[in-house]
Amino acid sequence: MDLNYSSEELAFRDEVRAWLDQNLPEDLRSKVSNYEHLSRDDLLRWHKILAKQGWVAPAWPKEWGGTGWNVVQRYIFEEELGYAGSPPLIPFGLQMCAPVLLQFGSDAQKKRFLPRIYRGEDFWCQGYSEPGSGSDLASLKTKAVKQNDVYVVNGQKIWTTLAHYADWIFCLVRTDPAGGKRQEGISFLLMDMKTPGITVRPLILMDGAHEVNEVFFDDVKVPAENLVHEEGKGWTVAKYLLGHERMNTGRIGESKRQLAMLKKYSSSMKDNFRFRDRLSRLEIELQALEITNLRFLDRMRRSGQPPGADVSMLKIKGTEIQQGLTELMLQAADPAASDAFSVAVQKKYLSMRKTTIYAGSNEIQRNIIAKMTLGL
Amino acid sequence: MNFDYSEEQQLLADSVRRFLQNSYQFEDRKKIIDGEGWSTKVWATIAEMGLTGLPVPAEQGGFGGGAVDLMGVMEAFGEALVVEPFLSSAVATRLVARGGSEAQKKTLLPAVAEGRMKLAMAHEEKGSRYGMKGFQSVFRKNLLSGEKSAVLGAPIADWLVVATADGMCLVETKRAQLKSFRSLDSVIAADVTFGGVPAEPLGGGLPALEEAIDYATALVCAEAVGAMKFSCDTTLEYLKTRKQFGVPIGTFQALQHRIVDMYISYEQAKSMSCLACSRIDFSENSKDRARAVSMAKIKIADNARHVSQEAVQLHGGMGMSEELKVSHAFRRLTAIARQFGDADFHLERFASL
Repeated sequence: MDLNYSSEELAFRDEVRAWLDQNLPEDLRSKVSNYEHLSRDDLLRWHKILAKQGWVAPAWPKEWGGTGWNVVQRYIFEEELGYAGSPPLIPFGLQMCAPVLLQFGSDAQKKRFLPRIYRGEDFWCQGYSEPGSGSDLASLKTKAVKQNDVYVVNGQKIWTTLAHYADWIFCLVRTDPAGGKRQEGISFLLMDMKTPGITVRPLILMDGAHEVNEVFFDDVKVPAENLVHEEGKGWTVAKYLLGHERMNTGRIGESKRQLAMLKKYSSSMKDNFRFRDRLSRLEIELQALEITNLRFLDRMRRSGQPPGADVSMLKIKGTEIQQGLTELMLQAADPAASDAFSVAVQKKYLSMRKTTIYAGSNEIQRNIIAKMTLGL
Repeated sequence: MNFDYSEEQQLLADSVRRFLQNSYQFEDRKKIIDGEGWSTKVWATIAEMGLTGLPVPAEQGGFGGGAVDLMGVMEAFGEALVVEPFLSSAVATRLVARGGSEAQKKTLLPAVAEGRMKLAMAHEEKGSRYGMKGFQSVFRKNLLSGEKSAVLGAPIADWLVVATADGMCLVETKRAQLKSFRSLDSVIAADVTFGGVPAEPLGGGLPALEEAIDYATALVCAEAVGAMKFSCDTTLEYLKTRKQFGVPIGTFQALQHRIVDMYISYEQAKSMSCLACSRIDFSENSKDRARAVSMAKIKIADNARHVSQEAVQLHGGMGMSEELKVSHAFRRLTAIARQFGDADFHLERFASL
């Protein structure tokens, strides 16, 4: 056991770091570190820079553009991206739709969608939550009725992140309303956002940002070839994604950067022991999570098994730390200041409350661990 | 980076765990506590397995091992709540191995490795509050005077390593006055008084002392991880079997979420224990090492408290009972949270590094 990186791993990290130094545009880096809004163009510009380098989808199979890196290299890469202050890679295409297509998609679907996802030509969003179906996702009601070679979709999705940027949406829809168990009769459907009958309406959150939306489906005709896996097997697909290796869930690199920023930002408070100890405990919590993350990767590497409920633990701790960091930023901010960054710090605190709610609330993650890991 | 134990490390941890499962059940442990407070048979067995020889260099018949070599062993000790004061002897052994004269090493270390002799570490004094400076004990002209508090294992140790205002020294236990007692978590201990008795200087100075206490701290973190694992596992078992309102209490979401948080605490603690032990063996400098150890001890202190308190609470009244091992784990974790410095002490040290 040696928790230091090997010389090969250090060389890899230096290579990534040097490349980021050269290729991450300064205006994007600055926007990220100042908590400024990132436009669709900003997100896609960065996606395309990484795609050109061949680094946009390290975890994919090599034939589709994956890098063939081992899990530690992938972890280092993601950490460096976060630490450098690069814009986020929007996960809906790269880390959600693509793994589903790779596992369940037809050859035609793979050929049609994967290269476009890779090159950043299609912007994807995720249609899961509905007004009545949040944590209880299987109660979803959006209906898809097959008529000849199309599905006719009616219903509504909500909290749809970046739907207003999206070219495509993958949705869980109900194809068999009569089915016995609620999980049966759900299907996984891909829809072109330009299809007539789809309406996107903004939902403004408490920080004033437009990030999420309501999406309405009114007699939307979706070609049957856009069904992924079999009809009625959408829940299997959703569960697969849940346990898929989303090893960046803890967002370690990003939090490390926030921590470094917080230390600088709060330097005038270093003699305030109450603040200092809160900061130390948060730093230690992050250090522990980094090693926990690496231990899980190591276990995955050895067992060859997907991480399962381990991801839930990373999600819980990672988001608690992200929130803790913004709380301390807010505490460190001069209460009398009204400059742009001080305002952004306040808004960031508001915005980050979402993290323990989205992507399966932290309570749902605890349910998952209780059931899958502890057998309760 | 790797988290693998070597084959030897794995074999050792496995054989220790097997021995404890066979011969150190809760009832066996109870007999030891009701008797002398330690078992010659257990000590002989761990010596036979090579544990007492691990901190001893090869030249003196040991294995020259580090912290990672003992990590799995300490976790197993933690799970079984072993009361034999192995760690006190191991840290004193490390100091003799690193700072002892050739004569001291020759006299003590082979005997320690073989289990014929035991050492104990005497550093804390009343009011020193975990600090390594400002000791009241003095060692001048080869005479030792002063008082050391709560020296684990002192009643059965042949020699003591004593930290004083004038550096470290080695003294035969029989030259000291001992007031023996059992610690909160049932380990034999003593308050030790030295009234100007002959002792031998031990080399190494403050850096060696700090290194050895960091080594011990990392290992006590590993021990805590074992005790936390036991506490989580036994509580989970209880949630699955204890019925109220006609159902196992583990079906209640309020309790499910709490035990999930206990396991998360355990995993986070385990990660920090790995970091601390690894940094003891592979740090480039003493600051890196000390930072990692303090970080680990803060996390372990916080999480040991969380896990132990929740384990008792989720057991209900039974958790308070002397008859259940979980209450003994509570005491061990409470003691470990303070051993070699509590969270506040290490927060202060961490901030100064």
